[in-house]
Amino acid sequence: MTFNEIKAILKNKCVGIAGCGGLGSNVAVALARVGVGRLVIADFDVISESNLNRQYFFFDQIGFSKAEKLHENIARINPYTLVDAHSCVLDKENIPSLFRHCDVVVEAFDGADMKQMLIEVMTEKLHHIPVVAGNGMAGWGNNETIHETQYGNLYICGDNISEVNDNNPALAPRVGIVSHMQANVVLSILLSN
Amino acid sequence: MKIILNNNVEEFEGDKLSVSRIMEIKKFTFKMLVVKLNGAIVYKNDFDTTLVQDGDNLTILHLISGG
Repeated sequence: MTFNEIKAILKNKCVGIAGCGGLGSNVAVALARVGVGRLVIADFDVISESNLNRQYFFFDQIGFSKAEKLHENIARINPYTLVDAHSCVLDKENIPSLFRHCDVVVEAFDGADMKQMLIEVMTEKLHHIPVVAGNGMAGWGNNETIHETQYGNLYICGDNISEVNDNNPALAPRVGIVSHMQANVVLSILLSN
Repeated sequence: MKIILNNNVEEFEGDKLSVSRIMEIKKFTFKMLVVKLNGAIVYKNDFDTTLVQDGDNLTILHLISGG
């Protein structure tokens, strides 16, 4: 397929992104660059300086809503990608309504409890929509441990081992690899239909 | 019984085993889990009472913080 043919397919697709941090901001930018027509993004948080070691934001955006600033950044890259940005806490109640029209949903949370909640809610309420999750990406090096695994409609990208802590932070390179691996899975799903 | 556990065929002694028992046998001691039995979520409170039998497809995922 040529890029024009790819764009013609992607412009009619909608991708949900749950979380606009290290994973979500980078997935969103990658999908906007290739021409996905609509993104539904959501995050309750504001940008802090400590986020800039991996998240697609700028120093002058510190203190502002992640969802809103990600919307602005996407518009500067590809204004033809429509963005529904929600500055809210995602939960069991609003996830089904926010993401019900999406072709794929990306799990891009930080906490394991939120990852679990999203996967459970999507499986219960929107089981026909594929979910692409990120799992295990702290630290540096060890490229060869990062991989994709599919369980039915659930795709997991990451090393499935490396948990974030003070001595093993999440950093741009590995978070970037996993987020782009997620975007790559999304593309293969969208282009195979 | 033979089941599919995390995409691999695995054999266990007995006709039926609870999700908890399988996690015990496999030494899965993770805190944050997503468990799916034949595509449906099994919640933590139901691990003891949900029975897995021959031919079932069981997924037990360990979720890790970071993103």
